[in-house]
Amino acid sequence: MDELLQILKRDARTPLKDIAIMLAQPEAAVQARVADYEATGIIRGYQALLNEELVNPEHVRAAIEVRMTPERGGGYDRIATRIARFPEVESVFLMSGGYDLLVYVKGENLRTVASFVNERLATIDGVLSTATHFTLKTYKDQGVLMKEEQTDERLQVSP
Amino acid sequence: MNDSKSPRSYVANYLKGVPRSGIRDFFEIVSTRKDVISLGIGEPDFVTPWHIRESSVYALDHGATSYTANLGLIELRRSIAKYVRTGYGADYNPVNEIMITVGVSEALDLAIRALVSPGDEVLYHEPCYVSYGPVITFAHGVPVAVETRREDGFRLTRAALEAKVSSKTKVLMLNFPTNPTGAVLNQQDVEEIAAFAIAHDLVVITDEIYAELTYEAERVSIAAVPGMKERTIFLNGFSKAWAMTGFRVGFSCAPQELTEAMMKIHQYTMLCAPILAQKAAIEALENGDADVRKMRDSYRRRRNLILDGFAQAGLPCQKPEGAFYAFPYIGDTGLSSKAFALNFLEAENVACVPGSAFGACGEGFIRCAYATAEDDIREAMVRLKRFTGSL
Repeated sequence: MDELLQILKRDARTPLKDIAIMLAQPEAAVQARVADYEATGIIRGYQALLNEELVNPEHVRAAIEVRMTPERGGGYDRIATRIARFPEVESVFLMSGGYDLLVYVKGENLRTVASFVNERLATIDGVLSTATHFTLKTYKDQGVLMKEEQTDERLQVSP
Repeated sequence: MNDSKSPRSYVANYLKGVPRSGIRDFFEIVSTRKDVISLGIGEPDFVTPWHIRESSVYALDHGATSYTANLGLIELRRSIAKYVRTGYGADYNPVNEIMITVGVSEALDLAIRALVSPGDEVLYHEPCYVSYGPVITFAHGVPVAVETRREDGFRLTRAALEAKVSSKTKVLMLNFPTNPTGAVLNQQDVEEIAAFAIAHDLVVITDEIYAELTYEAERVSIAAVPGMKERTIFLNGFSKAWAMTGFRVGFSCAPQELTEAMMKIHQYTMLCAPILAQKAAIEALENGDADVRKMRDSYRRRRNLILDGFAQAGLPCQKPEGAFYAFPYIGDTGLSSKAFALNFLEAENVACVPGSAFGACGEGFIRCAYATAEDDIREAMVRLKRFTGSL
C-alpha cells in the first residue's frame, strides 16, 4: 500500500505538513495526492473509531445471516443495496457458503435491533430467512484493539 | 585491631579502571522525573510482532523447555545461513560456522575473548556503542579508539585507521550502521577497510545489528568482500529489526576455526541461547520480512520528522542513513553535551543522551532516538526549539 495511505489509515489526523516532511515531498504534492485519492474514491471518508461499548453500554451490534432469492439480471445486487441503505446497517457482504449476505447492524439496544430485523429486513421481498447473532464483546475492530495491550516497559534511557 | 578491608579491594584490578556507563548515570537522573518525553531509549518502540511471540508461546505449550545444541538449533542456523547469503552476500555453513548467542552482546564478548591475548590492541571507531571499549578491557586487550568525524559523515576512513594501527594491533571492530551516529559505509568504504585489514593482517569483527534498518543507502557488508571471510566475524541479531530486544538472541558467522574458538567459551559460560527465543527467531526469519519492512518505513518517516525538528531548532545534524538515532551537533550553543542534556531535561522534560557517553569525540553532540511515537517527537521538537531559542 502507498505509504501516504498507510499513514492516513493509521492516523487520518496526521497534519499534511508532517506527512510531507516524513515522506520528503512538497506539501502541495501530498495535498494533491490526497485530493486525488478522495476524487477517485480510494479514500471514502474519515471517521473516528469509537469504542461503542464505552459510549453507550447498552449499544448492541449483530451479525445477521441473510438467505435470499437472487434476481434474474441483477443477482443479489439490488436487494443488497437496498439493505445497505438503512442507517442501522454498518456493513453488508455477499458471502460464499450456507447463506448469501452477512449484514452487520448496530442499535441503541437489543430491542431496536430486533425490531429492525423483524420489521425491515425480514419483510423485504426476496429475503427467505435471517439468523441473528448478537455480539457480546468487542476485542478488536477495524484493525484496532479495543484495550491497550500493555504499557511501555522500556527503560527511559538505555544504550 | 581493625584488619577489615573494603569490599572494593577484592574487585579485580582491571575492572577498577573501567568507568560506569555515562548512560547509566543519566538514566538515574531521568528516572527521578515524571512524564518525561524520552529520546534516550536505545530500543524499538514496537512490540515484537504477534506471530513471532506466538511461535514462542506455541513452543512453550509444546514443552520446549530444554537446552539446545551449544551452537543453537540447527533449523535456526539453516535459516540464518540462507538469510546471510541472500541479504549480505556471504556464505556460511550452518553446521559449523554459525552460532546462536544471547544477543549480539554475548557474541561480541566471545569474539573478542576468542581473539585477544593480553596486550593485543583492538581498533574500534568512536563515537560508538558504550560496551566496545570495556569488552576489550575485560579480555585484557588494549582498546584503541579511532575517531570518526561529522565532516566525514561519521564514516570510517582508511587514513584514520592507518594513524592508529600498530604492530600490536590484532582486531578491528566495526559497527555500521552506527549507534549513536546512524552512519553507514558504502561499497568503496568497506573495500578500503578490507584492504587495510588485509595489509595489517587484522581480524574484523563486524557488528551489523542495525543493517536491516538501512534507509536510502545500499546495504553492504565487509564480510562479503572477496578475501575477507577467513578474517571476519560477522555478528547480527534480532533485537532491532524484529523488535525482539527482550528475547536476547543474536548470532555469529565466522570460519569454522573461529566459531570453534568462540564456542569453547560459549559452551562453558552460557551453554546455549534460550530455546524459546531461538524458536521465535526461526519464525522471525521465515515469516517476518513484511514486519521489518513496515518498521523500517516507520523509522525512516520519523527520522525525517526529527531532522526537520533539528533544522527548526537550529541544530545541524548529519542525516542518519541507518539505525534509529540522530546525532545533532550542539557545540554552537556553548554548552557541553552533558550540560545541554541536563539543562534540556530540566527546562523541558525531554531526555536525550549526551554524546560524550559514546566516547570523547562524541562531545558536542547529543543522541536522540527516534524510535519514539510521532506525537512525542513533534512535541519534543517544539520544546527543543523553545530551549535552543532561550540559550
